[in-house]
Parts: sequence; structure tokens; C-alpha cells
Amino acid sequence: MTTSQGTRRRVGDSPALLGLIGLVCFGGLLEVLPRAGVLPAEYFPPTSTIVRALIDELDRGGFWRAVAGTVTTWLIGLAIAVVAGIVLGIVIGSIPALRLATASTVEFLRPIPSVALLPLAIVLFSAPVRSILLLVVYASFWQVLIQVLHGVADVDPVARETAASYRLGRWRQARYLVWPTTLPYAMTGIRLAAAVALVLTITGELLIGGTKGIGEEIAVAQSSIAVPSMYALIIVAGLIGLIANLATRRAERLVLAWHPSVRRELPL
Amino acid sequence: MTRTLGRIGLALALPVILLVTWWFASADSTSFYQPPLETIIKVFPHTWTAATFKSDVLPSLIRLFIGYGLALLLGIGLGVLIGANRRLRALLEPILEFLRAIPPPVLVPVLILIAGLGDPTKVLVIVVGGVWPILLNTVEGVRGVDEVLADTCRSYQIRGWLRIRTFILRAASPQIVVGARQALSICIIMMVIGELLGATDGLGYTVVEFQRGFQIPEMWSGVFVLGLLGVLLSLAFTLVERRVLNWYHGARAAERSGH
Repeated sequence: MTTSQGTRRRVGDSPALLGLIGLVCFGGLLEVLPRAGVLPAEYFPPTSTIVRALIDELDRGGFWRAVAGTVTTWLIGLAIAVVAGIVLGIVIGSIPALRLATASTVEFLRPIPSVALLPLAIVLFSAPVRSILLLVVYASFWQVLIQVLHGVADVDPVARETAASYRLGRWRQARYLVWPTTLPYAMTGIRLAAAVALVLTITGELLIGGTKGIGEEIAVAQSSIAVPSMYALIIVAGLIGLIANLATRRAERLVLAWHPSVRRELPL
Repeated sequence: MTRTLGRIGLALALPVILLVTWWFASADSTSFYQPPLETIIKVFPHTWTAATFKSDVLPSLIRLFIGYGLALLLGIGLGVLIGANRRLRALLEPILEFLRAIPPPVLVPVLILIAGLGDPTKVLVIVVGGVWPILLNTVEGVRGVDEVLADTCRSYQIRGWLRIRTFILRAASPQIVVGARQALSICIIMMVIGELLGATDGLGYTVVEFQRGFQIPEMWSGVFVLGLLGVLLSLAFTLVERRVLNWYHGARAAERSGH
């Protein structure tokens, strides 16, 4: 890291500026290429057209209801997965026999692609929101569980023995020994789960339909061949994803402010 | 001997208990949508024969492998390029961050619109989903190569393809493998989604056809096949990973025991 900082000399070489230039060039290229006829404009509308469609969307009440719907489903699914993942992870991880007995089942259930459950979710629940939630929870639960299991396994043996010699009970051990070790792992799991949960929320809306959400708006835009607004909605989906990434990273730093890995990064 | 038997017993106990519970709990289920496990198992052999395997599973698998392979090539190739060049990386970082944040399935309608409903689209769907984790992890891996080793390569005038093959790719491979694993599960998901949204053959298409035709036990058996596919591919990946990263795990173990 220090060497790459040391070699940087030229003015106008800052990563932020270059990044901005990159973004502007990217947008400019997608403006010029369709206009010049290199890309078919009916499928690749120029950037300005997409931006106009995006501004139109922002004005529409239905759009904001869709955003609210997507975010609500996402948060509910994520909350269920996180609570279930942490509780089960700590319980399974703390009891060696339970850990051994569940290992094969976890390894078998985890790689099942969540969309494989889509037809099941549709026939099992009549309410579309529940079908989507099933997919979201199934996919993101494993991310949390696996990380928490790793975290519990990472408890320092010396600390564990110290806790045992001080006769800390099961609850206090969980609180003062297992939890602080597990928390960084759990936060990683939550960050991964948040991304996966959002993808499946929007996928579920796109494929199942019948709920207010960005995914369904995209499906509607597609079937009415409103190409610019379809791209605008995709950009919105990306922005929601970006905000979700930043928010979870921020939350991670806040929650782990005491942890050496975060403390080290702070400027002195 | 008894130890291994005990471990096998422990590994099998819970799955067996779960299956037996399911069997008896569903035995006299009259719910149309939750057929008894017995019925699902009974329809399995004549739903998934060699013929249906060839007409439904094989096309899916071929598309999956082509798509995954292309995603690997593209992701690693571009990743090495971007990761090795600091200025290019700074230039592209915000765009890549944004493109990665777009849930890949929402691109499926766009791709269908642009490229129609043929096989190329379905492969493209898989590539578009799988390329990001590989690309971003390769960039990270290449960025994080050991400075001393880089200098050593420079002094020995190891350049070009030899440098990429023996140094860059080697050093970045643990990170690339992490990306490749994430990409595999995304590619399977994209394979299914591509087939759900307009296809005439393939595993995802068949399962949804069963669902729309209210052939519920057949649909359950299809979900089993999809799940099994995911599990088998993940197992195969683990085997490949062990081979590819054998040196790495060895080095890590030596490091740990050395201190």
C-alpha cells in the first residue's frame, strides 16, 4: 500500500478524480454510440434518454411505492435470516456433537440454488410476498449461519480455558467469550446476506409478480417495451444495491468500532 | 475404524431422521400441493429417465458450462488487466462497483430484448451473472500480489506471459478461486432464471412446466434434481479447488506449524 502511495506523484492522478472521469466517459460513450448508429438505439437508448426516463420515474407515485415495497420485503427477509442464522449458529457451534451431526445436512442444503425452490414457493403460498420471502430467507440464511459457525469455532482456546477456570456459566460464556469473537464473522455474514437478499427480493418480484416492487416494475416495463424506463429501473436497482452495500459496510464499522481490525484503520 | 464409522454415522443420522420424519409426516397428506414423499419418489424414475436427461438436463448443463467457462475467461482476463494497472483500476472502480450492485437477474429482460430467446441469450445470461465476482476477486488478488516477489520477477526479467502464468495468476489464485466459487452458484441460478423466462428446453423450463400443469409430485422431483445438481457441482468444485490450491493450503499449514 505504502509503495503505491509513494510512487504517486503526478497532479490529477487521484483515484477519486480518475473514477469520476471513468464514470463520465462511460456515460458519454453510451450517449454517443447509439446516436452514431454503432449500437441500435431502440435497444440501447442514449444516456440522456435514460436519464430523462429516470427523472420521469422519480415523479411517479407508483415508483416510490415500488421502492418502498422492495426495501420492506428485503429488510423483513434479511431480519429473519440474520436472527435465525445467529441463534442457530451459536447454538450449533457451541455444542460439538450438534455441530458434527448437522455438518453434512448443512453442506447438502446450502448449495441448493434458491431459485430451484421458486416453483415450490409459488404453490406453497398463495401470497406472493411470502413466496418471495421464502427465497430471500433461504438464500441469505446460509451466509449468516456459515460465518457464525466459523466465528464460534475461532474462539481462542486459552480464553475458553480461562473462562472455564473462572467458572463462567453457559450464558455468560456465550455473552463474554463467544459473542465478541463471533461478531466480526457475523457482520461479514450479514453483509453477504444483505447483498444476496436484495438480489433475491428483486428476482422474486421479477419472476413471481403480484407485489409492488422494482422487480415487477421492470417486468412491466419489459412487456410494454418501454426500453428507456426499463434501463432507468435497472439503474435504480443498482443504486439500491450500492446503498445497501455502503450501509452494511458502515454498520459493520460502527458495530465493530472496538475491534482491532477496525481500530487499526482509524487515523491517529 | 470405529472412529470413522462413528463419523459416518453422525453424518448420516440427521439426514436420515429428517427424511423419515418427512416420509411419515407427509404419508397421509391429502394436500394437493404437498404430496407424500412416497409419491414424489415413485414418480421420480419415470420423470427423470435417460431420455429426459438428454432432452432437459443436458442442454442446461452445456449452457451452464459454456457460460461459466466464458465468465471465467472474461473475468480472469479483464481482472488481470485491471488489477495490474493502477490507473485503469482507479478509472473503472466506480463503474465496476455500480455494475456489480445491479442484481444480475434484472438484466435478463434486457438481454432477451436485445438478443432474442435463443441459446446465445441463455449463455449470455449466465456469463453476465457470473463474471462480476470473478472479475472483482481477480482484481483484488492481482492488486495484492507480494511486492517483493514482483520486484524479484523484475530483476530476473520475467516478463509477458511467463510472468502472468507463473507469478500473477499463481499469486492471485486463492482469491480467484473464491470468486469462481461465488460465480458458480450465481451461474446455476442464472441458468434456471434464463430458462424460466422463455425457453423451450432445459431443467428450469421443465420444472416450471410441471408447476403450470399442476403436476405437483413431478414438480417436487424436479426441485430435487435442481438441488442435487447444485450439490454435485459444489462438490466437484471443492475437488478442483483442492488440486488447484494444493500448494497454497500446504504453505498455509507450514506457516502455521512453523510459528
